[in-house]
Amino acid sequence: MIGFQNVDFSYEKDRKVLHDMSFGIGKGESVGLIGANGAGKSTIMKLMLGLLGPDSGRVLIDGIEVKKDTLSDIRAKLGFVLQNSDNQMFMPTVYEDMIFGPLNYGLPRDEADRRVDEVLGRLGLEYLKNRYNHKISGGEKRMAAIATILAMEPEAVLMDEPTSALDPYNRRIVINTIKSLDQTRLIASHDLDMILDTCDRVILISGGRIAADGPAEKILTDKELLEANRMELPFRFAGR
Amino acid sequence: MNKMQKALAELAEMDELAAMRSPVHRLHPGAKLITTIVYIMITLSFGKYDLPGLVPMVLWPAMMFSLSGVRVRTCFYKLRIVLPLVMAVGLFNPFFDRQTMLTIGGIAVSGGVISMITLMLKGVFSLMASFLLMATTKIDSLCAALRKLHVPALLVSLLQLTYRYVGVMTEELAVMTDAYHLRAPGQKGIHISAWGSFLGQLLLRSMDRAQELYSSMILRGYHEHFHYADIDRFRGRDALYMLISVMFFVLLRYGNISQLVGGLVVR
Ligand SMILES: Nc1ncnc2c1ncn2[C@@H]1O[C@H](COP(=O)(O)OP(=O)(O)OP(=O)(O)O)[C@@H](O)[C@H]1O
Ligand SMILES: [Mg+2]
Repeated sequence: MIGFQNVDFSYEKDRKVLHDMSFGIGKGESVGLIGANGAGKSTIMKLMLGLLGPDSGRVLIDGIEVKKDTLSDIRAKLGFVLQNSDNQMFMPTVYEDMIFGPLNYGLPRDEADRRVDEVLGRLGLEYLKNRYNHKISGGEKRMAAIATILAMEPEAVLMDEPTSALDPYNRRIVINTIKSLDQTRLIASHDLDMILDTCDRVILISGGRIAADGPAEKILTDKELLEANRMELPFRFAGR
Repeated sequence: MNKMQKALAELAEMDELAAMRSPVHRLHPGAKLITTIVYIMITLSFGKYDLPGLVPMVLWPAMMFSLSGVRVRTCFYKLRIVLPLVMAVGLFNPFFDRQTMLTIGGIAVSGGVISMITLMLKGVFSLMASFLLMATTKIDSLCAALRKLHVPALLVSLLQLTYRYVGVMTEELAVMTDAYHLRAPGQKGIHISAWGSFLGQLLLRSMDRAQELYSSMILRGYHEHFHYADIDRFRGRDALYMLISVMFFVLLRYGNISQLVGGLVVR
């Protein structure tokens, strides 16, 4: 579903952020993307969405190369939860934000409405529906942002730090929601316990390179590997 | 709340006003837009000494305020910054135009004073009408209406994005002002030595955010214009509203209401 082939990327000249990166993610897979601050996780996601373009190499989504003239096809397949929810929500109310995507993709209003209600119900967020985006808390906004993306029913969901800013209760809801999805999922996070709960596979990024790629239980229990890459064991294994 | 947050809250309040429910809110945005434009055009077309003719034009905004449930106070509060500017435009007329036009109780009133008041009222009435439009119509519906009237998509998107961008910029300013004051306690404004970097940062940050917001729109299928299917069909009641309003304006403008009323009183 998602493929990186020898991708190099830099924001500024002479400062490479991704080095010759290659990996593939199959349909329906749930993959965790982990790595220290500045490792390159958000950059990888933005390359998939075509918000950034690689210096060399290719990014493929569903077999289509991410290029200027394929962007709208590709973006119709992907849903992206931004690291900063303030930048995700731009309509006055949560409802208007949620219905924005489905309408743009040509869904009739009543069906889009039904979808919005279904997603809100699934996340237990009915109470947010008619609230104003500038009058809800950071965590509520995060939940709303996730709802916004789910309402689009994309083929693959990319989430950048979905659980940051959430209280334990909402964090648990997000974890259960991610688990219940059957779409391809790529989740970047420092919340390794959440990754362990939601992902079968983990890609560990360090300094713009893949440091490890394998089953979640294997990588997330490897104390030495994690510490060598400026990370720690998930809490549930800490103290072992 | 700091000043910026207040400004932000006020800006957001326009969205809330526009989301209220009333017969005026329910009208077709295009009908309201056109009526407002006609109202402003007719208001501005009064002769510069035609104060008695102009005054009754206040009736229409007054009616709209009461039908929409938007409070007049809110209007003047929100317009408090632009109102003085509009008023200032006429301020010099009395100096240039000193010919006596009429005398009230022995005081000579020059043409300049009359034309000043006329000009000020024109400004105030036009602002009230524009405010009413914004307070009873969501920006997105308004833009949709503009598109239906064949205003170029580029212009409409620009309007829409500017509307959102002003919010983003104010938000960043609020956050930065707070951050500044937390580390500069007791200081009133922002010290002049920090202005350069402050403004630079503000610009970069709001541009970054605007960029991300824009990405987030594109990623959800936005192509140069919002989804416009949103607004209702143009109904009979919308046509009726336009017709009655415009007839009313024309009557006020050319029907010489004040003379009519004046005539009734005298006789
Ligand atoms: N707009 C930009 N311009 C220049 N450099 C950037 C830009 N955005 C990110 N970088 C740099 O690229 C590198 C990777 O950043 P990225 O945001 O992908 O990291 P990340 O893994 O998502 O980190 P975090 O966990 O903090 O979110 C970092 O070294 C960062 O400094
Ligand atoms: Mg990041």
